Order: sequence, then C-alpha cells, then structure tokens
Amino acid sequence: MAILIDSNTKVLVQGITGKQGSFHTKLMKEYGTKILAGVTPGKGGQKIYDVPVYDTVFEAIKDYPDINTSIVFVPAPFAQDAVIEAVDAGLKLIVVITERVPMHDEMFFVNYARARNAKIIGPNCPGIISPPYSKVGIMPAHLFKQGHIGLISRSGTLTYEVAYRLARKGYGISTAVGIGGDAIIGTDFIEIYTMFLEDKATDAVVVIGEIGGDMEERFSEFYSKLNSKKPVVAFIAGRSAPEGKRMGHAGAIVSMGVGSAESKINSFKKANIPVADFLDDIPALLNKVL
Amino acid sequence: MRLFEYEAKEIFKKFQINVPPFGVAKNVDEALAIAKSIGYPIVIKAQVLVGGRGKAGGVQFANNDSELVEKTRKILGMEIKGIKVESVLVGRSAEIKKELYLSIIVDRNNKAPVVLASKEGGVEIEEIAKMDPSKIFRMRIDPLTGLREFHLRRIEKFFGRADIAELLNKMYKIFKTYDCELLEINPLAIDDKDELIAVDAKMTIDDSSLFRQKDFRSRADKELNEFEIIALEKGFSYVESDGDIGIISNGAGLTMSTMDVVQLFGGRPANFLDIGGGASADVVYNALMIQLKHPRTKGIFINILGGITRCDEVAQGIVKALKEFKTNKKISIRMMGTNEEEGRAILAKEGIKLHESMEEAAKEIVESVK
Repeated sequence: MAILIDSNTKVLVQGITGKQGSFHTKLMKEYGTKILAGVTPGKGGQKIYDVPVYDTVFEAIKDYPDINTSIVFVPAPFAQDAVIEAVDAGLKLIVVITERVPMHDEMFFVNYARARNAKIIGPNCPGIISPPYSKVGIMPAHLFKQGHIGLISRSGTLTYEVAYRLARKGYGISTAVGIGGDAIIGTDFIEIYTMFLEDKATDAVVVIGEIGGDMEERFSEFYSKLNSKKPVVAFIAGRSAPEGKRMGHAGAIVSMGVGSAESKINSFKKANIPVADFLDDIPALLNKVL
Repeated sequence: MRLFEYEAKEIFKKFQINVPPFGVAKNVDEALAIAKSIGYPIVIKAQVLVGGRGKAGGVQFANNDSELVEKTRKILGMEIKGIKVESVLVGRSAEIKKELYLSIIVDRNNKAPVVLASKEGGVEIEEIAKMDPSKIFRMRIDPLTGLREFHLRRIEKFFGRADIAELLNKMYKIFKTYDCELLEINPLAIDDKDELIAVDAKMTIDDSSLFRQKDFRSRADKELNEFEIIALEKGFSYVESDGDIGIISNGAGLTMSTMDVVQLFGGRPANFLDIGGGASADVVYNALMIQLKHPRTKGIFINILGGITRCDEVAQGIVKALKEFKTNKKISIRMMGTNEEEGRAILAKEGIKLHESMEEAAKEIVESVK
C-alpha cells in the first residue's frame, strides 16, 4: 500500500520528446513505472524508449484507456495548455514537473482541475515515488528505500536528502510527495497528510517546509485539532535567508510579515511537532515519536 | 518584478485611471520644468523599489521653485536602504479629503486573486490588519470566472460609491494584462471635487511571466549587479547575502539548507546560488566563476544532490572553471545522486576530493575561512 501511486498506476508522459522528458522516461521505466504512452504536439508516430508518442492526449488515451496518471515536462509557456488537456481527457492525477510556470496560469489550471475532481501535484515539483512500486517523478530512485515513513516536501532536492538520511538509519518510505515550490500549487500538506492517515503502510510522516506563505502554520493548526493522528517530524529550510528576497522558489519569500522560518518552527512546536535543526536529526526524532 | 511608481502610473493612465499630473526628473532642471507645466503645490517622491521611502524622508512637498530645488537635490542625494535614488517623481499634490485602500493580490491559500479594500487608507494594509482585521474587506475572484458584475456590486456596496466599481474593473484588467502578483493603490484618495485619485501605485509583475511581459524584461537589468546579471542570463537563481562563504547548490530548498547549515556551524553565507534543475556544465561553470570572482567570498561550498541534475555535468563545469580561474579560495564539495559515479570520476581525474557528508563539508569550510 501507498498513497497516490502504486503498481496499478499507468502513466502518460506529456513533453516526452524533450531533453528532460525523454531522460526521465527512461529512468522511470527502469524503475518499473508503467509508462504506456507519451505526447508531444507535432511529434506523434515516433517512439521514445519504446513508448509510443502521440500528438494529443486524446489519441493516447484512445489507444491506452488504462492510463490514469500524467506527468508533465512541457515547457512553462505551454504547461497550462498541457494540464487542461489532461484534465479534459479525464485524467485524475496530474504531476507537473515544469518550473517557472506563470502564477496566473497556475491559478487557472489548479482551479480548473479542482472543479473537475482532478488532483494536481506541483508545479515545480520532483513528483511522487512509492518504493518499490512506482515513480512518477524525477528523483534519484536509489536513495528511496521501501518502508513506513510518509514524506511531504515543498523542495525537490531536500526530499532526496531526507530520504537518503532516513535510509541510512534503516527507515524506508511508503510514499514521498514533492508538492512543489511555487506560491500557487495544486495540493498542500494538509491534503497529503490526510491521505497518509488512511494509508496502512504509513506509520509516521516527515514534513519538509520552507520560508514563504503560511502552509506550515495552517498544517500545525489542523494537526493540533485532530483526534486521531500519526506522528509528524518537521524540518524548515531558510532560517538564514535574508528577508524580502525570493530564495529560488517562487514561493520562498518572506513578504508582508508572513512566512518566516521562525514563525513556522514556532507553530510546529506549539502543535507538539518536533522540528529538526539539522537534517541528520530527523531519524532520531522519528525514533522518539514512533 | 516590482515596478517604479511612475511606471505603474503610466500604465494607470493608459487604462484611464485618474492619477495626479506628474513627470519624472533625474536632476533639478528637469524637476523645475515639470513643476512649471503642472503647477504648485508639488510632491517630490524618490523612485526606488524598496519599501519605507516615506519614513526615510524620500517624500517631500514644495510650494515654490526654491523649495523644489532644495528638496529635489536632497532626495536625489539620498540612499534608501542602501539603494541610491536615481530619479524622482514630481507630481501635483492632490487636495485629499479622504484616504481609502484598494488592491488585488495573488493569494496563495485561495489559489486565486483576492481583492482587499479598506475605508482607511494611507497606512500599510498589514498595520490595518493588525489593528482591526474587521475593517478589511476581502473578496476572492475565481480564476475560472474572472471578475463578474456581482463582484463590482459588492465593492460598490462596501464603499458606497459607484465609481469604485468602475475603478476595480480597470484594475482587474491591468492585473490580468500584466500578470500582476500585486496591484495596490494606497492611498486611493477622494479629492476636493469628490473624485477618486490614485495617489500612489504599487505594482509587482510575476517573474515567471516575463517571457510574455517583454516590456519589462530588459528593464530588470538596471537594478542588478554584475553577478545577478550573469545569473539572469544563464538562468539560475542568485541572491546576495552578507557573509563570506559562497554557496552553490541545486534546488531552492537544499540551497537554503546549505546556507542554514553553514550558519548553524557559526559561518556566514555570502549568497544563495541555486543552479536549478538539470543544470548544464556551462551553468555550473558560470556559477563557480561568480563565486571565484566575488570579492566577499573567502570560501566556497558546493553541495549537489542530483535528481534532474546530473553529477557528470556538474563535475565538467567545476573542472572547467577551476582550470580557467586559478584561485586560493578554499572549496568544499559534496556531490551525490544521478550519474554520481561518472561525476566522481571526472573530478578524481583532476585530483579534486569530495566530502561524503554535507555537515562535514560545511564544518570544514566554516573552519577554513576563520
């Protein structure tokens, strides 16, 4: 068991002929992810690592009706069109890897997907991995061992870093979800944590936040009101970030007095969620709460 | 990207939003010429992109030529939060009866534009929110429907003025046309003729939209230092801080954590340099070049965890930069992930050693610059 993706996940790759799209199609296939088809407008008819390429999502779904998930590598100016096409074709889980998607496009397609009961993960995210069943993402898979810890993160590389450090101490992952580093994203901490609550394979959850917005504060409040919960350990990136500056991620900025690392760490502590100062402290804190 | 007040006001004029007559001056002569055409009383406002210019004395009033000369000279000689004032807005000082507040922002939690309004303008909205949140009117605009008639009726009712609905309609058009993250009029004044006037204008354009906001793309360059320009051109994120350890990492979260760990061990990061996902050897070369040339960095900490980024590309970039720029600066490298073996081999051939642990690498670089 896992959340969002497992061995029944059948994947479409949008933007499959691009540099990143084709490279990660190969890596996902090697991992064992079932990739049935790909789409790049104007490139239909060819094959990328034995995966048939179509011009449109609709053609791909017609030939492979089992497809239930899409991963999007399409460049930012065209990402909105790709996501809406996937939603219209009836897909219910769409993982958007693309970085630097305009906020106004994100606001539109996130709301469009919600109105049609489709779930968007990302944009600007590393995707999802449920070891050893499926990987719909770009993470270096060998760092993720199978196990009972759920991982939710706003950062890609920090997700890998934490998975690696957990593995070294004998902890594996049920599912790791990179929710994305933009200010506007499809799915947040609360929604993913709620899925982990119902997942039998998950015993505890690691939440990796960063400066900007108040998603961590809202999660802490939600968590403290829950009657039945699974333990959480948190980590926050950006303690040393200068105020008012955007730290790489579009969403990582302390602005209008909201979003500081201090405020997030305090909110976790108030909700009795232990916060790791160093990445290496995370396994030890898990040991305590489990 | 934040626009200058005068740029935002030019856009307001294009959309028939009422602003007091103004011009932009880079020296006293230009200021006098503008004053002559619009008449006193005049307000002189420093054109800077940092907040808090009012408190810093960057906004002053003049009733005649000699006051104008004196105050313009003063403001043009100023630095506000380290930024030198290059130009001033010289505008007609409006006769203000009442100050209101109106803005449209991209709201993260709502995943939608939200209109914020208050009958008490002139102070920061955060201040109003702190003192009395009930005084702020908030209205979500669903991105699927856009601004509708009923939104306009609601804002009209809140202020009790029909012309505010019309104003909001124009603001929403600007907000959409220019991919705004923030569009704020504060204060929005009611003048002695009972007309609405945008006395100030704040406008921020979403950086990710600049590929289609081409008017502003070239403008960005003039506020950037030489390193920030290289970063912009090569497509990676670079933020100055004030320490002496240059940071190169990949992914915003890991780059921030790399800075954090340096700070936790008692060091001070000089900057934040995130080569991004899938960086080429050329990007890495330019990233390291910035750190090698940077006058403040005494040490450099490279911390790479490859996902979409390939360690072999990173290694090639490091080798190229180090061959080209001889350096005495201490460098600590930790690198793992996608194509790690190939990357290690490239570095090993040049005799470059890697750290296995991020914490050890951080400790070493902190010690070495002490």
